[in-house]
Amino acid sequence: MIKHSDGTTRSAFPMPALHRRQFLALGAGGFLAASGFGASAQTKPAPPPPAKPTGQVVVGLSQEPTAFNPLMPGIEVDETVWMQVFNTMWLADPQGNLMPDLATEVPSEANGGISEGGLAWKVKLREGVTWHDGTPFTAEDVKYTLELINAPGFKARTRVGHALVKDIVVKGPHEISWRMEKAYAPYLALLSNTFIVPKHLLEKASDPNTAPFNGAPVGTGPFKWGQRTPGDNITLVANERYHGKGPYLEKAVLKYVPDQTALYAQFRTGQVDLIIGTGIPANFYAEAVKLPGRKIVKIPNASLEILMPNLEHPALSEKAVRQALYASINKQAIIDVIFYGLHKPTESFAPQESWAYNPNLPQQSYDLAKANKLLDDAGWKRSGSGVRMKNGVPLEFAVSTTTGASLREQCQQLMMQDWQQVGVKMTINNMPAAVIWGEFYTRSKFQSLLVGTAFRTVIDPDPASRFASDAIPAKNGSGANQMQWQNAEADALMKEGQETFDQAKRKAIYWKLQEIVREELPILPIYQYVPVEGYKEGLIGYEPNINARQNTWNMGSWYWAR
Amino acid sequence: MSTFLARRLLQALVLLLIVSMIGFAILHLAPGGPLSQFAAGGDMTQADLDRIAEQLGLNRPLPVQYAEWLWRMLRGDWGLSYRDHQPVLHIIASHIGATMELMLTSTLLAMLLGAWVGILGAIKRYSLFDSLATIGAMIALSIPTFWFGLVIIYVFSVGLGWLPAGNRYTIGDGSVLNRIHHLIGPCIVLALVSTAVWSRYMRSSMLEVVNQDYIRTARAKGVPERQVLLRHAFRNALLPMITITGLHVPTLLSGALVTETVFTWPGMGRLFLDSISYRDYPVVMGILMFTAVLVLLGSLIADLLYGLADPRIARNG
Repeated sequence: MIKHSDGTTRSAFPMPALHRRQFLALGAGGFLAASGFGASAQTKPAPPPPAKPTGQVVVGLSQEPTAFNPLMPGIEVDETVWMQVFNTMWLADPQGNLMPDLATEVPSEANGGISEGGLAWKVKLREGVTWHDGTPFTAEDVKYTLELINAPGFKARTRVGHALVKDIVVKGPHEISWRMEKAYAPYLALLSNTFIVPKHLLEKASDPNTAPFNGAPVGTGPFKWGQRTPGDNITLVANERYHGKGPYLEKAVLKYVPDQTALYAQFRTGQVDLIIGTGIPANFYAEAVKLPGRKIVKIPNASLEILMPNLEHPALSEKAVRQALYASINKQAIIDVIFYGLHKPTESFAPQESWAYNPNLPQQSYDLAKANKLLDDAGWKRSGSGVRMKNGVPLEFAVSTTTGASLREQCQQLMMQDWQQVGVKMTINNMPAAVIWGEFYTRSKFQSLLVGTAFRTVIDPDPASRFASDAIPAKNGSGANQMQWQNAEADALMKEGQETFDQAKRKAIYWKLQEIVREELPILPIYQYVPVEGYKEGLIGYEPNINARQNTWNMGSWYWAR
Repeated sequence: MSTFLARRLLQALVLLLIVSMIGFAILHLAPGGPLSQFAAGGDMTQADLDRIAEQLGLNRPLPVQYAEWLWRMLRGDWGLSYRDHQPVLHIIASHIGATMELMLTSTLLAMLLGAWVGILGAIKRYSLFDSLATIGAMIALSIPTFWFGLVIIYVFSVGLGWLPAGNRYTIGDGSVLNRIHHLIGPCIVLALVSTAVWSRYMRSSMLEVVNQDYIRTARAKGVPERQVLLRHAFRNALLPMITITGLHVPTLLSGALVTETVFTWPGMGRLFLDSISYRDYPVVMGILMFTAVLVLLGSLIADLLYGLADPRIARNG
């Protein structure tokens, strides 16, 4: 069973300040041309949208959306619902620009929305927006949302950034301001993923954790909550009073088909109109592109497949060992043989489309001689069994990943063979998702993990919660630095990056940080994900957005060509 | 009778308590936890996970967690799902319909078919039909459910295109006909094993009855054979079936687990599997208790009916 918890479905990435042309010039642009996506949209002018919402779209998902209060713990697929029913103050477009939505403009130091060195924030809100029940949307709703996240008893998904917000003041029905405890640039990105909830409905509930709202959400988005058949589908209906463009579809159905192969079969037979998220399995890609009446697209996302070493492991703690292991991974073989050439090799923790991505990092090459030399020089001597030893410590460790992820299991085999050649003994220790991602992972009880994950704060390049020394849970840190990496220079850079709002300055900071990470290898990057999505021809408006977590981000402007 | 009922209910309560203890212990002692689904992506920090664990009471000692769960359960509060944030009873209620639809249809099918095959096999003992039925039953009993499900899908959906490959209905078409069409595949799979079991029981039960003195007497009195079989033999042969039906509930539930998965049927079986893989403790415990009650109720009703149907067995206090 493919679960989100094997990490393969992460998406979203830091806002690249790239223009469309630059974006296409990057390697990532290739997918648009190669897949025919974009090309056909450009050659044939799309017919105009219908005057009133008509028709329906059936979106196939291999995970079931189950959490509908967008502030409570949920998994990524839940956002397919949140994005339709709710709005954020601003959101990122495919080019990485933040576009105002419930706000009239995105606050910045230039427009005076952010001042006093990043401490005072002021946001003007759009007028004339109504909740699905007809109640007007005001600044009180924004205040309520931000306060609810920090309310002690509320099961908020995350308080990163929000915990810094103090003194929220409603200055008028459509203006709000607050102060930050410290300057924190990633908060802009965090707010682009913070959906605003209605005060008038939630404050009436005795406990917002159990409010009826959580099962039948009311928002300001292009679609209203219709009905849910648990285990099967969720039907959303057009919000004809929507403040933005659209919606043009009368109904949007999110259909849950747990098995990816079954989901693909239903896409092939036309029962679902598109597959997003976990997408079409790599082994069906070649067949899928030949399907008549279907468009298949490759869409890079922000997740990386990495080998995550536990730096407290006696052998893996040594830099030379990590460098030798990295040099003896045959990345291209993994990508070509196991993943049908879909994914792209990478050297950085940042996605290649990000404005913070450093393209000048040294390229890894598969070089067993180099690996052997690195280990020889570091004093790891081959013993009688062929496994290297140093000071009585054998160069031996386990790689763990989710049971049932068959492609990853094949990766493990390839790595095991390669490493054996340089005197490294690798064992396999796979477990079910709920076990791997439990304390085994969060408390760094693994030796190494093969995992797909992202290193950023929502769509901001800040990786402090993953790399900072004070973010190691196994050492009472509060973040997600499960590698247990500690590096003073990197710490200083990440702190500086959070406090600077100037993108040029931040870019220099993150370029330097990527160099350090590439040299120290607290993670061994293998490839950046390029999942495959597909949709029925005639669906207009579907637009991949690597800055959104799901490609249903603009579903309000979808419609069928008649 | 009422003493009997009271005693049985007391026994049932003790059993439920034991079931809940074992279930709770096994579930919580298994490695991994409900927060792992959020931990994987790295979006939530350790501080967030710790706070939510605290709010859910997951960091308290296991016996305390159990006592809290039991106390809430006794007051009718089955808790909130960790995944859905919805009341557990509400979640179970929303999945029970699909499972009931599948179970009732397949049970009905299996009962009719099984009884017919069994009776015919008993009457025409050692005939070609009887031999075929015996072999068929053996095969049906040994076929793995998931494999048979896949074969049905492969042959009738992918190959012939007669049946839908899964789901309860086509989206946008909730008509009765559409639903029946979707029901055929999983129903055949689920009914297969039950039919085999039923036919075997029915056959042996019938054989036993057919050799009884009163049947011989009836025949000797010149009662038509058809009447002998239907009025005298069949009715008595049905008696043991009542118990079997009662005890058959858990088998059906476990069969539904596999069948629902293969046919992407949105019922309790799938919910149970999903909930286990997410370590959604409140929902898993809810389904466990619900199923346990169902099983106990099934056997109790079977016992009562048995007593009613055959006064010889009726308890006298």
